[in-house]
Amino acid sequence: MRYKSQKVAYWFFALSMLLLTLQITYGFIMGFAHMGFDGLHDFIPFNAARATHNNLLVVWLLSGFMGAAYYIIPEESKHELISVKLAYVQLISLAVVGVTAIIGFHLNWWEGRKFLEIPRELDFLVVINVLLFLGLIIGTLYKGSQKTTTSLVLTMGLFFAAILYLPGMIWFDSQTLDSFFRWYVVHLWVEGVWELIMGGILAYLLIKLTGVDREVIEKWLYVIVGLTFLSGVLGTGHHYYYIGAPKYWLIVGGIFSALEPLAFLAMALFAINMYRKSGRSHPNKSALYWTIGSAVMSFVGAGLLGAAHTLPQVNLYTHGTLVTAMHGHLAFWGAYAMMVLAIISYALPNLTGRKLYDNAASMYAFWLSNIGMVCMTCAFAVAGIAQVYMERKIGLDFMQVQQEIEVHFFGLVLAATLFTIGICLFIYNFVKYGQPTDEALITDTEQGEVMA
Amino acid sequence: MLSKEQARFFFLGGTFVVSVVFLAMTWHSIVKEIPKQTHEENITPEVIAGKRLFDENNCMGCHTILGEGAYYAPELTKVYERKGEGYIKAVLMSPVAWRGAAQRKMVAYEMTEEEANNMVAFFKWVNEMDLNGFPPEPDESLQPD
Repeated sequence: MRYKSQKVAYWFFALSMLLLTLQITYGFIMGFAHMGFDGLHDFIPFNAARATHNNLLVVWLLSGFMGAAYYIIPEESKHELISVKLAYVQLISLAVVGVTAIIGFHLNWWEGRKFLEIPRELDFLVVINVLLFLGLIIGTLYKGSQKTTTSLVLTMGLFFAAILYLPGMIWFDSQTLDSFFRWYVVHLWVEGVWELIMGGILAYLLIKLTGVDREVIEKWLYVIVGLTFLSGVLGTGHHYYYIGAPKYWLIVGGIFSALEPLAFLAMALFAINMYRKSGRSHPNKSALYWTIGSAVMSFVGAGLLGAAHTLPQVNLYTHGTLVTAMHGHLAFWGAYAMMVLAIISYALPNLTGRKLYDNAASMYAFWLSNIGMVCMTCAFAVAGIAQVYMERKIGLDFMQVQQEIEVHFFGLVLAATLFTIGICLFIYNFVKYGQPTDEALITDTEQGEVMA
Repeated sequence: MLSKEQARFFFLGGTFVVSVVFLAMTWHSIVKEIPKQTHEENITPEVIAGKRLFDENNCMGCHTILGEGAYYAPELTKVYERKGEGYIKAVLMSPVAWRGAAQRKMVAYEMTEEEANNMVAFFKWVNEMDLNGFPPEPDESLQPD
């Protein structure tokens, strides 16, 4: 690392890892409940487990993005963070809000709106927290001597993510309008502005890891985020097919959703091409795996599997079934979780001065978690398709169908175990790296992270 | 070959255009179409109270409604038509955890008569929406004789 204040990123990453562990635990509770083992029902009913699982995902990813910004922005803008103290205040308040929300879920304190279950009172604290974060990032950028496209795209993503949280805070009496604007937040986050964040982190990592000229990488970054918005904004329409909104969304949503994989394909091709152009052999293979892996898996999970069920004629049957869970898991994993793990893999050796990137644990972490997640996706797919045929085509009762597909959740839990072993190895490595130290500070000429 | 400036223009210009179209369609949907399709005039205070209860208890955390939510408990869009008022009220007012055919427990909400009536009003309103054909009717040719 080049700036002392980058160390704050480590603690955001640590919080991320802690919340990821909890998220997986709740995933298992849900998996077992689907198999018929709901022994925890009296303490953690399914809806509490589900709200916790989803919201922990959002919070650990946000914490990872924030850590990434705190790591990347000082380096890109060539300036220390304007206040490290406030960054720690922001970290602690983020953790407090997150933990309070999760405890609240177990006490029936929530809003009951998928992904936005955090109660309104806490929403305001989230807003203050994010404003503080943005103030620190934008202030640092403003004071810095360099304003790169990468840092601007990353900051723009974080800024619009904050703005788009607001439509989710409006009260509606109509379930349809409530849902309509809930997607303003959720869809425009994950298939819009979060991709700016992902693109920004990806561009930064590719510049560092491949050594390809910044101008080339940043030019393609614009093209990719351009494609993302071109398809993703009107692609929101695929959430409006069957919720009481007009029929024209079927046409608009259908066409633009079909274009959405293009942005992800461009991202995957971009990452692979930049790697092929690479004139350097960066020693941190682990970061490279996660980076290229993220670009490829997001194409499969978010792009292909998303397009597979956003065609209106297909979605009529798959809407509200486990097919959505199939797409959701691989999409979030590929696009966002892997990208956070990529920046952590890249940043940790630089923050701590230790070079553990290519040990067995880091490689097994990558392969086991990915194979596990692909198998989980397959288990969801089989369960989802079976559900669609039995419930929607044949017309069997919901609960009867659920009994029939219980066995697939056994497969899911097995795959999730493999996935979890991978994540445990990643966290084992994280802990082994130790804490960041000033001794890891290097000057520009020393940044010999790159070797011919 | 595309320059960086052209790429930036593509990004900013494209985003601006689709955002304007999206906002215009949103306006048209929420002002002109959704009120008609969802019979907004039928949103009574009871329906609103039912929706609040639905949210406060995170029913979407197990069930789906309008196809949205979790996939652990039955779809509720047409529950009013499928199960009827009496059944819905019995489930919501039950002092013990309700169990479906798959032996899945539902939280015992022990709602009052008034609360259960509000929930029924909410489900009745949802039941009458025009959802562009959702949920689909089962395929006739696949039905056992």
